[in-house]
Amino acid sequence: MRAFVIARLVIREGARRRLLLALLVLTLVIIGLTGWGFSRIPTINQRGAPLSDLQVKLIASQFLILTMFMFSFVLAMAAVFVASPQISGEVENGTALAILSRPIGRAEYVGGKWIGLAALVAVYAGGAAAIELGVVNAVVGYVPPEPLSFIAFVIAEGLVIMTLALLLSTRLSGMVGGVIALVLFGIAWIGGIVGGIGAAFDNATITHVGTATKLILPTDGLWRGAVYALEPQSLIAAGSQAGPASAANPFFATVAAPLAFELYVIGWVALVLGLAIYSFHAREP
Amino acid sequence: MSEPPLAIRTEELGKRYGKITALAGLTMSIPTGAVFGFLGPNGAGKTTAVKLLLGLARPTSGEAWVLDAPLSDRNAHRRARRRIGYLPELFRYQHWLSAREVLRVHCDLIGLDRASWDADVKDALEVVGLRERADDRVGGYSKGMQQRLGLGVALLGRPALVLLDEPTSALDPVGRHDVREVIRALAGRGTTVFLNSHLLTEVEQVCERVAIVDHGRVIQVGPLTELLRADAVRIRVTGLENGGQDLLRSYGELQNEGEWIVVRGISMDRVPDLVRAIVERGGRVYAVEPRHETLEDRFLSLLDKGHP
Repeated sequence: MRAFVIARLVIREGARRRLLLALLVLTLVIIGLTGWGFSRIPTINQRGAPLSDLQVKLIASQFLILTMFMFSFVLAMAAVFVASPQISGEVENGTALAILSRPIGRAEYVGGKWIGLAALVAVYAGGAAAIELGVVNAVVGYVPPEPLSFIAFVIAEGLVIMTLALLLSTRLSGMVGGVIALVLFGIAWIGGIVGGIGAAFDNATITHVGTATKLILPTDGLWRGAVYALEPQSLIAAGSQAGPASAANPFFATVAAPLAFELYVIGWVALVLGLAIYSFHAREP
Repeated sequence: MSEPPLAIRTEELGKRYGKITALAGLTMSIPTGAVFGFLGPNGAGKTTAVKLLLGLARPTSGEAWVLDAPLSDRNAHRRARRRIGYLPELFRYQHWLSAREVLRVHCDLIGLDRASWDADVKDALEVVGLRERADDRVGGYSKGMQQRLGLGVALLGRPALVLLDEPTSALDPVGRHDVREVIRALAGRGTTVFLNSHLLTEVEQVCERVAIVDHGRVIQVGPLTELLRADAVRIRVTGLENGGQDLLRSYGELQNEGEWIVVRGISMDRVPDLVRAIVERGGRVYAVEPRHETLEDRFLSLLDKGHP
């Protein structure tokens, strides 16, 4: 399979161009800083008395959600920056001419790019999340309810935005495609909040707007799924009592992502990757 | 005698980009083992033709067969590309790889047997003179070295057909000489070479067949010896009236270059008759320079005819 030749090249490029190294160093610095922050939580006093174990874990769970949001944002940005010039860059500088004149199909070329990028996304998201969760566990003894499910959701979020950036890369220059992908990512995030506000005020139209953005680019839906996996049961129960208003909070999820949504995301990625292949078929380098 | 097998055949191959015609009805055939020069001014459609032959662009009309595989049969064409080497005109390889790594990636893309990679890569590096810089990153290469690497990539896997798009544009005279030697060596082992170039002297030195294209059309195609068979004579003459020009025209095709007149297509044994006729008409002859036509003369005169 020549797709794997391309995939290996993408991974090798990530490693050679010090992209992974830079991300790794920065991530370790952030993990170190947040680990220190987590270690300070038990020292907080409430009217002279130390916090109860339950309070420490509750605060840790909230702090962890915020930290992980930052990680997911960095992941999305990095995925866009790496994916958006992948194809357009090679077409512009003529590298694609030498590769595509070989016995390789366009689907293998685009598919290989996707596999390589997906491996980078998975390694970064999985690695960073696992280390952060391990540090938090070591420092305050808190493990979120579903760590593996959380990691899976974050990887899926990275794959979705990466696949979109790769589709744009078949037609647009790296910078234009990257900006569009990030703007759409932002719109999806705001769309999730807008949908929550619609739910809070029981306004069907605004709720539909939120649902539509969630379906067009399912990154925010996946983020909510990731948040849900980090929330202790007591927090979910409290949030549910607060009513639908809590849905507008981007750092909170009252319900788990439905299976139908998870299947939809798989279909979405397959469709957008298919569109990327179709789009690149008609492109002449 | 049966027709020789063809490495490339095109029939009315055309490519339009919207209203712009990049290639209009290219029809030609290139026998297996030939060194074929594809000539034309900038914008004539040379690179477009190469891209069509390699399946990098899709024709909007006509058909072509490369190593017997039609462009329209994508699978067959893809299989045929295992036996095609290509040096693009404007290209870059992954600058973060070394030359050896670039060559290995291409061994992998061609699908060569992994056991032979080391030997294949070593051969290619040797032929293009990059053995000593093989492990340096391509990003630090000069343009000429990149072009040498490109040639090495095109030679991997002993291809049956090699398409070279302006292979010496970034090379110094030594490099150009080396490339000519590589082309001759390829021809020696029966490889068909398609040389896309506007460096006419280069084409003249290595190609046995040429096609001249302009405005996306072949305006002349054939063996180089046939294309250049016409001789010419350059005469510096004054005092010849218009009637005299008609006289000259009966000896060959005329081209005025100030005080000089070039008569093309005249056989050398008629030159004394021509001079005598000029003198009889009152012309004063200062110089007569017989000359064998170069490819450049032919090229320019053909293009000139295309643009009256």
